[in-house]
Amino acid sequence: MSPLWVVRRIGFSVLVAVVLAFFAVPMLWLASAPFDSKPGLGLRWPDWTFANVVATFGHPYALTSLLNSLVLCVVATVVTTVLAALAAYALSRVRIPGRDLLLYLLLLLSSVVTGTAAMVPIFVMMLQLGLINSQFGTALVIAGGMLPAAIFILKDFMDAVPRSYEESARVFGASPRQVLGHVVLPVARPGVATIFVWAFVNAWGNFLLPFLLLRDVGRQPAAVLLRTLYDEGGSANLTVIPVFSLLYSIPVVVLYLFVNKRYGFRFHGGIKS
Amino acid sequence: MAGITAEGLSTVYPNGVRAVDALDLEVADGELFALLGPSGCGKTTLLRTIAGLEAASGGVVRIGSRDVTRLQPGDRRVAMVFQDYALFPHMTVAENIAYPLRVRGAAKSVQRETAVRTAGGLSLGELLDRRPGQLSGGQQQRAALARAVAASAEVLLLDEPLSNLDARLRLEARTFLKKLQRELALTTVFVTHDQAEALALADRIAVMDSGRIRQLGTPREVFQRPADTFVANFIGSTPMNLVPRGAEVIGVRPEYLSPAADGLFTGTVSVVENLGVTSLVTLDCGEDQIGYVVPEDDEPRVGATVTVDAPPARVLRYDKETGLLVR
Amino acid sequence: MGSSRPGGAGLDSAGLGVRRAIGFVAPALLLIAVFLVFPALWTLYIGITNYQLTGPAAANPRVVGLDNVVEAVRDPLFTNSVWLTALFVLGSAVIGQNALGFGLAWLLRTVRPGLRRTIEGLVLLSWILPGTVVAYLWFAVLSRDTGTLGLLLGSPQTAWLVQYPMTSLIIFNVWRGTAFSMLLYSSALAAVPPSQLETARLAGASGRQTVRDVVFPHIRGHVLTNTLLISLWTANDFTPFLLTAGGPNHRSEVLPVLIYRQALESGQLGYASAMSLLLLVGNLAIALVYLRLLRRRA
Repeated sequence: MSPLWVVRRIGFSVLVAVVLAFFAVPMLWLASAPFDSKPGLGLRWPDWTFANVVATFGHPYALTSLLNSLVLCVVATVVTTVLAALAAYALSRVRIPGRDLLLYLLLLLSSVVTGTAAMVPIFVMMLQLGLINSQFGTALVIAGGMLPAAIFILKDFMDAVPRSYEESARVFGASPRQVLGHVVLPVARPGVATIFVWAFVNAWGNFLLPFLLLRDVGRQPAAVLLRTLYDEGGSANLTVIPVFSLLYSIPVVVLYLFVNKRYGFRFHGGIKS
Repeated sequence: MAGITAEGLSTVYPNGVRAVDALDLEVADGELFALLGPSGCGKTTLLRTIAGLEAASGGVVRIGSRDVTRLQPGDRRVAMVFQDYALFPHMTVAENIAYPLRVRGAAKSVQRETAVRTAGGLSLGELLDRRPGQLSGGQQQRAALARAVAASAEVLLLDEPLSNLDARLRLEARTFLKKLQRELALTTVFVTHDQAEALALADRIAVMDSGRIRQLGTPREVFQRPADTFVANFIGSTPMNLVPRGAEVIGVRPEYLSPAADGLFTGTVSVVENLGVTSLVTLDCGEDQIGYVVPEDDEPRVGATVTVDAPPARVLRYDKETGLLVR
Repeated sequence: MGSSRPGGAGLDSAGLGVRRAIGFVAPALLLIAVFLVFPALWTLYIGITNYQLTGPAAANPRVVGLDNVVEAVRDPLFTNSVWLTALFVLGSAVIGQNALGFGLAWLLRTVRPGLRRTIEGLVLLSWILPGTVVAYLWFAVLSRDTGTLGLLLGSPQTAWLVQYPMTSLIIFNVWRGTAFSMLLYSSALAAVPPSQLETARLAGASGRQTVRDVVFPHIRGHVLTNTLLISLWTANDFTPFLLTAGGPNHRSEVLPVLIYRQALESGQLGYASAMSLLLLVGNLAIALVYLRLLRRRA
């Protein structure tokens, strides 16, 4: 063991520790502040009280907004997953005239037209359609934004499903619907699940679109309410914010753990994998 | 039970490639028939056209007396085993085997019963509740065969049925396949690029190239009298010697050549390769290289001069221009 | 079922038929057309009017041609915002996330599995937590008096978000977005043939030489892809609004924040649209380069 080796080893450990701290320290607040009797925008050892939790559950909009988030999210996610799965399957398997151009445009659209760049026309359009404060309308806008990327990712999964599966089913007499239901969807399930989770996490965290389109506090999802709590009545509502942040984060973390455990951020298809 | 007839059958891909080119073919009822050829010769496309997975661009396919040319694959009463077996990974072996019955809406009890019976016949009885991913290659192949058998089709189509198995298993599976086909007496067409497999298994072989049939015959006919130089080159585990002589090309299999005092070719031994019970000897005869096979322990020394000859009946003559067999 | 014609030459293994396939694609396309394509095109029109949220121009917008664009280019708020956006993209994405993402991917190869999973988990968590929550996490790090950073550095009076708004935003966004680069580089590194790395080791190459001579040639395409994508996302990120809302005194007013404030706080819908248009054009330029790259690799 040369001295150089030891120095390098120490340097390496310090580097890893710094990186670990950089990513971990900001998150500690989410563990400490909710249970602190005097929660603030800073880090300190909490005295493990549940008063904030009680206060949060008593807040007139806290639970409603989580429910609103759920409604918004479920509609947007289901619409995205179902429509993307159908489109991706057809685009993967059938050479529709103009398919390549369509795929190119979808890829272009999914990256160019962001909610930020199109916020003004989206707002004006929804205003003129009278859909401001409509949760369903907002969910559709969110779904429309996610669809191109979802179709693209799912098409990759569908492309990886061996064609011989479908051909085999067809030779045995399966109708297109049976091919889809018995073979393609079950085999592509990891892909569909991935898109479902991806869409859910995206829609759950989306702030800009509901912030623009849902102006009525009774219809706002958690993302917007959490922001409202910051300057509601002049100063931040620090009793509610930490607990509410935690509650609002839990679904995303649970889904992440689920995907990580079930699919390990890797994807598997047929028996050959 | 039914034979298969193709008349003037063509399959043209959108890019203009004629994968199957105005082909006529008759497979007899109960026959085990091989489509043999190098990759890209159109043999798999022909099989898929018979199955209905590719659309015929022209001509007719009949199964028995039924014209199936415009029918969907599921309406043709064919069963097919794919090269990768295409066992559905999310279903158990039993569910896979019973799938053809499930599609037809058979009762669950009938499905299970058929799966158990068919699996028993292919010694898969122990594996019914496993998933394909838990099976060995040979077991997967048998499960795929079982599923095809359970479809009780009139015709069985096999796409490279043995190519996904390793060499040792392949022999075993080959014997098994031949026995199974004899028991079922089911008209069976299989595609292969392996001439030894075709020779060993098939009742008759069609050797294909560029979407056409170069020769159609029994394994013996195809081996002993290849119809042209292409087939001569393709069939046989050691390549046939093809030596130009004037307007003809002389073809002799290395296995039929043996040392003699006087004979067809004389040359210097340049390489000796051990093939097990025999050895392949290469002779340099001027511009040509001649191979011949000797029994073990009978190998000549490298550098020795050797003359080899063959019985006249084993010496074939091909036209140099057309490559066709003259005599 | 349906047509009696088998699918055309292997291009339709599902036997769907073109008509049914179009039926499968249509609903998705409809939604995309209404909520994505139409708004993008409409930006063009609104951008050349004097449309406003309230007042006389709300009811009867007048076409003012390219006045909005000309005005924007001359507007010091806009040029300031473009400059800040460029700084934000360059600092947090092109340099920050790129370098840290690659560094993490490279370092984590040699770290024990348990520690590796912990670090990866934290990096991914910072990526998937909702933006509004993340904003509070960073308030707690950067705020005056109680903020963690102030405590750690022993200068609790520093209000980081007020005194150094852009630096704060850049560091925040490195924390927020490095996960993508890390994932991308991890999979890129996994594809470098181990035999080549071993050859470099046998030849006695140092870590730096190995990265330069063996690893980089393999992942060059990934570096470009990654840089383009994270630049695009960073330029369109609205999270800075949650942290500084553009302040103090426009010192962190990146383009998305400026557009929002012009459109909804000042009600200048036409003017804000013209600015959106410039953002769309920027996005389009990056996306075209990216697609060209993809095509060349395919």
